[in-house]
Amino acid sequence: MRSILKKMLGVALAASLCLGAVACKKKDSKSDFKVGAIYINSQNDTSGYTYAHHKGITTAMEAAGLSVKDDLIIVDNVPEDDEAVRAAIDTLAGKGCKIIFGISFGYINAMDAAAKDYPDIIFSHGTGYLSNDTNFNNYFGRIYQARYLAGIAAGYKSLELGNNNIGYVSAYGTEYAETCSGINAFTLGCLSVNKDATVHVYELNTWGDIEKERQAAQILIDTYGCCVIAQHCDSAQPQLVAAEKGFFGCGYNSDMAVDAPSAHLTAPVWNWNVYYQLAIETARDDAKNFMSKVGNYYGGLKENFVDISPLTENVPAPAATAIATARELMVKGEWDVFSGVALSFDASGNMTKSDVALVTNDGTEIVAAGGASVEDGVITGSMNYFVAGVIQEQ
Amino acid sequence: MSSSMDVITQFLFHLVVYSIPLLYGTCGEIVVERSGSLDLGVEGTMAIGAIFGYLAGCSANSLFVGVLVAYIAGTLVGEVFALFTVTFQANQNVTGLTITTFGVALYFFMGNAMGEKWPVLTKADRMVKALDTIDIPLLSDIPVVGKAFFSHNILVYIGVLMAILLWFYFEKTRAGMRVRAVGENPAAADSLGINVAAKKYQHIMLGSGIMGIGGLYMGLNLGGTFEGSNCWINGYGWIAIALVIFANWSTARAILGTFVFGFFRTLAVYYGTLAKTFPKVLGWLDNIPSQFFSALPFIVTLVILIMDSVRKNKHSNEPAAIGVNYYREDR
Repeated sequence: MRSILKKMLGVALAASLCLGAVACKKKDSKSDFKVGAIYINSQNDTSGYTYAHHKGITTAMEAAGLSVKDDLIIVDNVPEDDEAVRAAIDTLAGKGCKIIFGISFGYINAMDAAAKDYPDIIFSHGTGYLSNDTNFNNYFGRIYQARYLAGIAAGYKSLELGNNNIGYVSAYGTEYAETCSGINAFTLGCLSVNKDATVHVYELNTWGDIEKERQAAQILIDTYGCCVIAQHCDSAQPQLVAAEKGFFGCGYNSDMAVDAPSAHLTAPVWNWNVYYQLAIETARDDAKNFMSKVGNYYGGLKENFVDISPLTENVPAPAATAIATARELMVKGEWDVFSGVALSFDASGNMTKSDVALVTNDGTEIVAAGGASVEDGVITGSMNYFVAGVIQEQ
Repeated sequence: MSSSMDVITQFLFHLVVYSIPLLYGTCGEIVVERSGSLDLGVEGTMAIGAIFGYLAGCSANSLFVGVLVAYIAGTLVGEVFALFTVTFQANQNVTGLTITTFGVALYFFMGNAMGEKWPVLTKADRMVKALDTIDIPLLSDIPVVGKAFFSHNILVYIGVLMAILLWFYFEKTRAGMRVRAVGENPAAADSLGINVAAKKYQHIMLGSGIMGIGGLYMGLNLGGTFEGSNCWINGYGWIAIALVIFANWSTARAILGTFVFGFFRTLAVYYGTLAKTFPKVLGWLDNIPSQFFSALPFIVTLVILIMDSVRKNKHSNEPAAIGVNYYREDR
């Protein structure tokens, strides 16, 4: 008898251990405009990619007068798997969402297919390239413009330190145009200030290994003697390493001065809410014309969709002048990063423009001297070369 | 670019620094398994030790408090495991897996709950100071290997020392032999007057406490930042379980196993640098797809496990009663 009691107690205790959370049913709200979102990681994240999007969507909804609590329906931790994404879409459609955001690149095929099956719902896919004429668009931004500005800050820092080696921890390299254009833009920014700078790139070949992100930064500093560490990966590890070793860095996605105040210069950041507000308000007020009004969105500095975080006091003074000058040219649309016109800044931040061909690091000419910027499709889709000044270390 | 000798030193240094958590996890699991229990909850136990040890260490600004709390948190998890498997006779595999799920989830729960109040490691200056590298006199002056092996933080030395002491305990002391008897044949040990349940409780808790310290080490080694979607432990707990077999249930051999496995892990991070530093000898490394290097540690583990099962029965020290609950009234 006692052993039976013990076993029952054991089962009860085990059950209570397993019950981590109890699902709560959401109440129906008054507003009938519902926003759906599919996240790759958890909506409770406190940093990183999903966090940035979640913050963007909630900020946008508040600005649009919607209730985050009642009108936003989220399916999170959805892997890049067609069936899982489809299940999430069906859930959101069943709950009456009028617009569904999918934030991860790998959701592309499932969203493309679902757009045909749910013609009354608008599908909006982050970082993708597919779309249709009625209810399926993609959105992304000219983050390379912000990376160029961060490159200027890094260039001035390298001049100040008298060290031409700059490191860059990147999830991938030439395999993805997104990472590739980021590395190139940052490098061109560095070179506009310090023409002898070299950007040493370490490719992680993964998005989710914080330990490798840390080790890569250590290698760039210890082995290649880098004095500034830029990054295109999720965690703040590269900035922490730079701080521990007494060097400097440019974060990504959020102002990583919070994580590494003694090291951080500035970070390219996204203002996702700028797009989300436009998309949500258009979907609510004029869904029929969504594709003509919003369409495939590719905002930049001009739209305030991308930016850099405030320069810290680690940044040499003339960088602020130079960055303001370069920013103004891009906001006005008078100049862009991947063109046959190069900017160069002197020690006090004054700019000179000159016609210089855009050349890869193996000597191939991409844009002739004085030529126009490469097309957006190249930057988002087909850029697969590094510009002169980049050395791929791994 | 550093000199080629410096690159070798850096490679070996990384190997040691990033492998030590495995040593804690593996030794902890060996202690548990020696008493006849198979604990698949290493990952969760390490996560719980990590989060509570870190938070306590930061708030007290003391490495000692951090290690102590990590150890105690680990032993408490071990006590839960023992309560279920020893007292209530629950299935060990299921209980272990539950602890892993629960432990990692608790890690994220605590981290998210802290939110903005998450303590920054650099603010706990005395704890950071206590983690400074300690040069072992004379040995650390040896060229190349000196800085790689004899210039580390205190938790690295403690880990190695612990592995040696545990080896001595299980192989050379009477108390250790009794524990092994429990793991080999609990009924026989019982008939000799050994309190089987007590021995199991003690060693499950001791082993789990050691895992907890390993978890704290991981957190400190990663700069103490809470990344919303990545747990510090990052699969180390599972590798530790596999390494137990590689180590053939000897904590001394676990040191070797840890560094062999660590070698392949570090190679995945360093192959590009090695290829550039030694273009003639190691240049070929650059031609191998990076995915192969990422998979290599796991391929090696697989090969070791296959080799082990082939030579089983002959030299294996696997405790005979592992994974089987001992029920006194079944004698």
